[in-house]
Amino acid sequence: MKVSELAETEGFRAIALPEPGREIEGCYIGDLLSWVMGRAREGNAWVTIMSNINIAAVASLADVSCVILAEGVEPDAQVCETALAKGINLITAGLPAYEVAVKLSGMI
Amino acid sequence: MGESLAFHYEVDGGDFTSAGQASVKIKKNLRQLGVDAETIRRVSIAMYEGEINMVIHANGGNADVIVDDTGVTIILADKGPGIADTEKAMEEGYSTAPDNVRSLGFGAGMGLPNMKRYTDDMKIESVLGEGTTITMKVNF
Repeated sequence: MKVSELAETEGFRAIALPEPGREIEGCYIGDLLSWVMGRAREGNAWVTIMSNINIAAVASLADVSCVILAEGVEPDAQVCETALAKGINLITAGLPAYEVAVKLSGMI
Repeated sequence: MGESLAFHYEVDGGDFTSAGQASVKIKKNLRQLGVDAETIRRVSIAMYEGEINMVIHANGGNADVIVDDTGVTIILADKGPGIADTEKAMEEGYSTAPDNVRSLGFGAGMGLPNMKRYTDDMKIESVLGEGTTITMKVNF
């Protein structure tokens, strides 16, 4: 499934979608950035509640297909700008991380 | 390639918002050189971990990256406090990072282990009170 399709799904909302055509391949949940870099796979949707600026660098380096902010977390404007500049797809979801993953699992 | 190429970056120790700039730049540079995606991923993640360490512990430092026919060599040098026990520092989960850093999602004690995991060769030279130099190599 493409990131743009996920962004249109009920419960999900795009915050920055510079690369809407990226394919979501699997999912990784985590808030410790080094764990994410060490374990997330290329193309994964990364589900987290971290919304500070460093998530843009981690997402870029780990080459995930998108970052999904769970629990309705909203990033500040600087994170959105950086995500757009670095080609990071950023989506927010009102659901807890587990429910995000369950939903994803049925769609990808 | 035939010859080696060298890149130099200064890692700003000021704050976390700029951390990762050198890693993102090297990612772009390697992509322009036509290096394969997996090698780029390994190099840039190892370098980002090193950058973060220099920001957390050493108020910044220097990063040099050398690309030749055999692979990519990364040399990270700082004038920080040095590492008291390098063996302990290499253990997953061991961290001396302060709480404010942990609240940002860093300081999980995975930095050095990740650097080792993503590179083929890694050497730590550290002198207490003088600084640390880490040399890593990712082979093609």
